Amino acid sequence: MAAKISHADVEVGTELPTQSFPVTRATLVRYAGASGDFNPIHWNERFAKEVGLPDVIAHGMFTMAEAIRVVTDWTGDPGAVVDYGVRFTKPVVVPDDDTGALIEVSGKVAVKNDDGTVRVDLTAMSDGKKVLGMSRATVRLA
Amino acid sequence: MALDQSFVGRTYPPTEPYEVGREKIREFAQAVGDTSPVYTDVEAAKALGYADVIAPPTFVFSLTFREAGQVIEDPQLGLDYSRVVHGDQKFAYTRPVRAGDRLTVTSVIEAIKSMAGNDILDIRGEVHDEAGEHVVTAWTKLVARAAEEG
Repeated sequence: MAAKISHADVEVGTELPTQSFPVTRATLVRYAGASGDFNPIHWNERFAKEVGLPDVIAHGMFTMAEAIRVVTDWTGDPGAVVDYGVRFTKPVVVPDDDTGALIEVSGKVAVKNDDGTVRVDLTAMSDGKKVLGMSRATVRLA
Repeated sequence: MALDQSFVGRTYPPTEPYEVGREKIREFAQAVGDTSPVYTDVEAAKALGYADVIAPPTFVFSLTFREAGQVIEDPQLGLDYSRVVHGDQKFAYTRPVRAGDRLTVTSVIEAIKSMAGNDILDIRGEVHDEAGEHVVTAWTKLVARAAEEG
């Protein structure tokens, strides 16, 4: 059994369901623990500002982890991802309030390959800014 | 100061294998808010053809970045880590990481460039399982911002 989306049913331009991912300071603390990345720019406002950031920022790898969920939720099989790459263009700034920030991710099929895979191009936005560039995943479909 | 180009191609040996645990995968999936059962339920993973629960695609970065620490902290290379930001990240998978894997990472410096005073370092991490089979390759681009004029 493989992905639930069939290669035959997908065309270049097919849009994936858009998703929004909230991120608060608590999200970042939790991600720090789970990933082992304890860089203080992701939880210590004083430190973040000292190194020239506007505030605490999300781990780039957290944003990368959220963005691929648009693909893996679509296919239903996270193991069907063949490759995945991003450029970290802008930080996701996470204020110290109950709302935090929102990462909005959309994706569409950019290339349909003959080997049963497609390339999905992802767009990740936060606070009106594009936070990932060159965000692309190749995924095997059923 | 620009990094020494002679480090391009240098390979750092793998350290002790990292054993991927089911509960570590669960913790990571929860931390990114992903409720897919293939990360937490062995039966759901088996239904997709996997021997055990699999890890989210970016999970393996924790291992490859730890190994990249050998490069980042190599005193001979002389990278100023306090000025480093993560530029790009890419993964190419032969198969997903799964619980029970014992993984080793071999890090290679692929490129060193200097642009507008910034040092740009490309590190490739090759991840293999206990049988020596390839699992995933991770490419990490680090950018050390130019030091401010003193």
